[in-house]
Amino acid sequence: MSIAAIALNRFGLGARPDATAPADPRAWLIAQFSAFEPRPAIIAALPDAAAMTAQYRDNLRQLRQVGIGGIPRQPGDPEPPKGAEAQALAEAQQKARREAFRAAYAGQVRARLALALASHAPFAERLVHFWSNHFAISTDKLATATMGGPHEFEAIRPHIAGRFSDLLLAVTRHPAMMFYLDQAQSVGPGSLLAEVARRRNAPRQPGLNENLAREILELHTLGAGHYTQADVAGLARALTGWSIGGFVRRPLGLDAPPGQFIFQPAWHEPGRVTVAGKTYAQDGEAQARAILDDLALHPQTARHLATKLARHFINDDPPPHLVGRLAATYLANGGALLPVYQALITAPEAWATPLAKFKNPWDWTVSAMRALGLNDAPGNARIAPMLNELGQPIWRPGSPAGWPDAASRWAAPDALLRRVEVAGRLASLAPAADPRALAARVLPGVLSATTATAIARAESPAEGMALLLVSPEFLRR
Amino acid sequence: MIDRRSLIARAGMIGGLALHPGLALAAATTQSRLVFIILRGAMDGLAAISPANEPRLLQLRGALARPPEQLGAPLPLTADFTAHPALAGFAGLFAAKEAAVVHAVASPYRERSHFDAQNILETGGNAAYALKDGWLNRLLPLLPPAPPPVAISAALPTLLQGAAPTTSFAPSRLPDASASLKMRVAALYEGDPLLHRLWGEAMATEMMAGNQDGPGGPVALAATAARLLAQPAGPRIAVLDHGGWDTHAGQAVRLAAQLRQLDTMIATLKSGLGPAWADTLVICATEFGRTVAVNGTNGTDHGTASAVLLAGGRVAGGRVHGDWPGLTRLFEDRDLLPITSLNAVLAGSVAGLFGLDPDRVVRSVFATAPAAAMAGLVRA
Repeated sequence: MSIAAIALNRFGLGARPDATAPADPRAWLIAQFSAFEPRPAIIAALPDAAAMTAQYRDNLRQLRQVGIGGIPRQPGDPEPPKGAEAQALAEAQQKARREAFRAAYAGQVRARLALALASHAPFAERLVHFWSNHFAISTDKLATATMGGPHEFEAIRPHIAGRFSDLLLAVTRHPAMMFYLDQAQSVGPGSLLAEVARRRNAPRQPGLNENLAREILELHTLGAGHYTQADVAGLARALTGWSIGGFVRRPLGLDAPPGQFIFQPAWHEPGRVTVAGKTYAQDGEAQARAILDDLALHPQTARHLATKLARHFINDDPPPHLVGRLAATYLANGGALLPVYQALITAPEAWATPLAKFKNPWDWTVSAMRALGLNDAPGNARIAPMLNELGQPIWRPGSPAGWPDAASRWAAPDALLRRVEVAGRLASLAPAADPRALAARVLPGVLSATTATAIARAESPAEGMALLLVSPEFLRR
Repeated sequence: MIDRRSLIARAGMIGGLALHPGLALAAATTQSRLVFIILRGAMDGLAAISPANEPRLLQLRGALARPPEQLGAPLPLTADFTAHPALAGFAGLFAAKEAAVVHAVASPYRERSHFDAQNILETGGNAAYALKDGWLNRLLPLLPPAPPPVAISAALPTLLQGAAPTTSFAPSRLPDASASLKMRVAALYEGDPLLHRLWGEAMATEMMAGNQDGPGGPVALAATAARLLAQPAGPRIAVLDHGGWDTHAGQAVRLAAQLRQLDTMIATLKSGLGPAWADTLVICATEFGRTVAVNGTNGTDHGTASAVLLAGGRVAGGRVHGDWPGLTRLFEDRDLLPITSLNAVLAGSVAGLFGLDPDRVVRSVFATAPAAAMAGLVRA
């Protein structure tokens, strides 16, 4: 297996027939971070998190108005219509909401795909997808239905080659994560707002939500088994007041534009907290920031991230020595990510075991379309439903843990059959080409004699291309 | 059982038909209709339409010389030829003079690559990839105005590509992977323990679910073609793809299934076209034939000449056209001798169907691989 093929497939998104193979693959990989565009035009043209937050707020208002979804009306909300009229209104609104969700989501997925297909920095794009999954949200909540794109585009992309602490902070402050893990309404029991609510005997007492704090510790930083319930409680208290503009509880809330991070002093739990053995006495917003900064540089976080990176790029069971080296590199560089990527691609293990990873549906789809020289989903192939069918709806893993990074999750009978179907479809939609020449170009030094023969003996060029896309060496990297 | 996927497909198909922009143009000024079915993978012409009096066929083919007994006896077409029992509908049309055969036909191509041969079949050239456009596209400027020809497939086949406007139409779903692709995938995974096991399980599950020719399959696409062509203001030319003919192994069973499917496609076209069937010519052509002899896996390998099947109200039916070279002498000592030029059959067919000067068709459409147009294939 050639070094170029490993660089293109293991670290990239697969070869394109219209691009030349890199002469110095390692240098090519590292140089990508200067070429990488955090905010390309196709993303800048899409509605951002602020727009999606405003949409969410409008949706909530609608739901309250018609009194469905268990959302109680608030003082000042207009009187709901009654009877058949109410039913018709509710149905019309729900239909419009669904269509708006679908259109926004499809636009975001298309943009992600277009970037991946055309990218000259595929290693950097892979890291975007990796971190997006590490900090997974899922679009199956009303609040996050259209937040998958903004989360990845605004919180992940700008920080993939910076410090992990900046990435962690950007994600934690983003409305996607705030909404997904119920942080935006988390109020300290000893906060000013809670005290006022108690005095007024308000029907709904505000309270603490530990969801985000727990997942930061378990999924984003230290990892499962390396934190205690006391750590969760401490971080959750420190995070109270971290919220998003557009959902103000008056009279004590500060106003801010929809979607924008805001710290609400009146919601914050006063006092010191202890997390991972360290006590934090800071006031206000600075308290959770200090905890996040320390968590980012915790040796256990270094191990957790090193394990996940090595598992994603090298092997489902990452070599322990490699994990150790990556973690040490991370700590020695103060949590800077670029040196870790450098250590990853200079590791002998990275270039040793061939085809150890089974591509997940997204990586497979992107590499298949790149191999066919496509820049967009061809013909009437709609990409979001296609990935749904292949078993990996984008930004919808259903859990904050994200998609598993193991062959055992993706290599299954029905999933394989779906790939064969999609391969046949994509190959029939792609511009005609000679699959014999294409195979040698997109799998340089990897193409087995068995696959080359099968392609050459296919009964049509389209069938030959489909066979290339589902060949054992194309399904893996 | 109607599953979710096929329901979506049905909905998509109906919606697509109504909305497709390329299909609603001014009325055509010709009543003649052409359906071209590309049989990809090399149909064994000797098994589809067998010579009745060739002892050498039995010598070289052994058990494969006759269709499996449980399918019934070969169906006599003429004194010299029989049709495979899976082509019962076609044989019925032949008796009613609505179907015909041209045998021992080959394109100018004399090697044995599917891709190259299909390219020549579709471009009408004399070398693979020498021409960029399809011969059917080059024919269009000679025809009276009509809505653009339609390929009933996701992508436009080379046959229709070129300067003249054409369109393609297919249901907006993932078609189930073709039987041929699935069989090749199975072979491809034989050396990979994980994929071999997964594929085996997937196929076992599918077999239990009884997944046959559903929406998106060739018969459904033939029905779509018929619906489009039957419209008075619809297109006049449709192209269908039918793959799966590359019967290197276990030919008896697979070829019977292929032929039955083709037979059903033709019957579907006839019933869907209704009165327009009288104005229709269906041409079924393949890239090359198969070896006369059986190979080591009860199949046949890539050969040279094959048969062209014609059907429709415009066919000069009830005949096996052209000369028959016999099986005493074989091409390269293995294949049916090519005695009739495919381009001669194509030029003669379309010239007759659309009332064009045959020489003009040869000059304009088949200039790089000209052959005198075959006369008498089509009724005026």
